[in-house]
Amino acid sequence: MTNVLVCIKRVPDLGGEISLTADGRSVDDSGLGHTISAHEEAAVELAITVAKDTGGEATVLTLGSDDAVEQLRNALALGCTAAIRIDADASAQGPADVARAIADVVREREAGGTTYDLVLLGSDASDTGDFQVGIRLAYALDRPVVTAVSTVSVQDGTVVARGAAPDGGSEVYELPMPAVVTVMEGGVEPRYPSIPGRMKAKKVAIEEAAPGFGAAGSGRLRLRLPEPAPSQVTILGEGPQAAAAVVDLFEKLGVTR
Amino acid sequence: MTTLVLVETDESGAVEVSRETLTFARGLGDEVHAIVVGDGPAGLVEQLGAYGATVVLHADGDAFTAYSAAAWAAAVVSAAGDHSVVMAAGTPRGMEVVAHVACRLDATMAANVVSAERDGDGLLVARQVLGGSAMEDMRLDGSVALLTVAGHAVEAKPADAAATPEVRPLDVAVSDADLRTRVVRTEAGEPDESGQLTSARVVVGAGRGAGSADGFKDLLELTDLLDNASLGVSRVVTSLGWRPHHEQVGQTGSRVSPDLYVACGISGAIQHWTGMSSSKTILAINTDPDAPMVTKAHYAVIGDLHEIVPAINEELRRRANG
Ligand SMILES: Cc1cc2nc3c(=O)[nH]c(=O)nc-3n(C[C@H](O)[C@H](O)[C@H](O)COP(=O)(O)OP(=O)(O)OC[C@H]3O[C@@H](n4cnc5c(N)ncnc54)[C@H](O)[C@@H]3O)c2cc1C
Repeated sequence: MTNVLVCIKRVPDLGGEISLTADGRSVDDSGLGHTISAHEEAAVELAITVAKDTGGEATVLTLGSDDAVEQLRNALALGCTAAIRIDADASAQGPADVARAIADVVREREAGGTTYDLVLLGSDASDTGDFQVGIRLAYALDRPVVTAVSTVSVQDGTVVARGAAPDGGSEVYELPMPAVVTVMEGGVEPRYPSIPGRMKAKKVAIEEAAPGFGAAGSGRLRLRLPEPAPSQVTILGEGPQAAAAVVDLFEKLGVTR
Repeated sequence: MTTLVLVETDESGAVEVSRETLTFARGLGDEVHAIVVGDGPAGLVEQLGAYGATVVLHADGDAFTAYSAAAWAAAVVSAAGDHSVVMAAGTPRGMEVVAHVACRLDATMAANVVSAERDGDGLLVARQVLGGSAMEDMRLDGSVALLTVAGHAVEAKPADAAATPEVRPLDVAVSDADLRTRVVRTEAGEPDESGQLTSARVVVGAGRGAGSADGFKDLLELTDLLDNASLGVSRVVTSLGWRPHHEQVGQTGSRVSPDLYVACGISGAIQHWTGMSSSKTILAINTDPDAPMVTKAHYAVIGDLHEIVPAINEELRRRANG
């Protein structure tokens, strides 16, 4: 029986143009939808699968404002059975702060008799891309950690994780529990919520926690948007009719056989 | 003040992104030292000297025969004391080792950095955030600044004057705990043919617009019809398992600069763009006239690649036979 804790972060769903808040420190997300990062979607999928396969439970955790309950409920609808929100403004926290706050919750639960044998996170969140929370959490809890793997399973009490190797092959890790593992998208296809799943998710009480320390912050001074370069594109045409113009270009560049 | 660069290697030497990181490190104006963990290929020390490293620190031994991020971090930490900046390429390995180092030294780390300059005692860095849609200016204070350099943020260039590095073996204390997270097995992937991609005269790029693993037939035929052409793909395509990773172009893939890049169904995200922006001519084929790839390209055709590419192939065959 493996109890899994999976950590997620509410992030803006960036489509095309983005704009910044007046202080230049954040993205103006007022007109945007919100989601979790693709890496975290994979982590949630793996958390639910590992819990089901081993007869354990998957708990989802986020650090964020009240709005982030939307992302917790989505994970509950997929098959997580409990949810914890650490009430804090995620944009004011650095990766070390977030890791510390999560570690405090894990330790507190442990003292209360609930252990998380496996903590899963995304390798990095799509907004800040820090690549640190999982590793910092593992150090805070003194647990082994592997990062950026694409699949995770538990076999005979050992965590087996597989990820891409630098040479294009794959590499396998085996770690004792309790452990921390960060996940990159690509190894599993995240499931969709079912209607009964959504109904059930509505009824779960979200547990709340508060960080017991002041955040040190991330060191962010400001955000900047790159200047869009003036477009100098020549449109050769629309649809298959443009084929002749394209081949003319190929001939001009001398790249045909 | 010196800068320490963690170097990743393959059979041929320091990998391209590590050579970029050495180039980036020289830009800070301080002396550059390199650290190599485990066996290095022949000629590596000379190559690191060519990229300006005056000292090569080498951690070798049983602890490093199979990769463990924690053990690599122990090696970097054993050498970090004398350096004010420690950096690695923004690969998964580079990211995780530097993050482990950050925990061990209780220091701040900046990931995906594209520029850095000294600012008093600290380091002012700009780094990619929000999937590359924005830059973040960040200050790194403290006795050591830790960062990873975004792939292809700079071009790898040897130093004007090559150094003859002094090689210093490192004595690293690796704990049993550091070895708990070793790689226990590796499995070979598809043979890496990225060499063909980076030397091609024409790269036919394909993105999510290809639609499925079966959507590459016409694109592959186009590479056959053009002179010395290879298929390159976006990360979406490799993540979805449609094509092998060695075909990926971009920040976490190959950097290509062919005479012609034909971007089919690729939106032009910054991480892809950094891998192909130095192409001499860029032709975009996309259903969306406002896609960044279209507005940044030299030429574009608007429409469905599954109609346009077969028509181009047909026209090429017709002219070849005509
Ligand atoms: C740290 C980091 C590293 C990354 N490294 C890389 C990297 O190395 N390489 C990389 O590529 N990405 C990388 N990415 C991902 C990158 O941000 C983008 O998500 C990715 O490049 C998008 O791929 P795409 O253009 O194929 O897909 P999308 O962005 O989904 O774009 C698909 C495009 O296809 C067009 N289209 C759809 N259907 C058709 C059709 N039938 N005909 C013609 N056009 C069509 C659409 O209009 C759209 O413009 C990285 C991201 C991060 C955060």
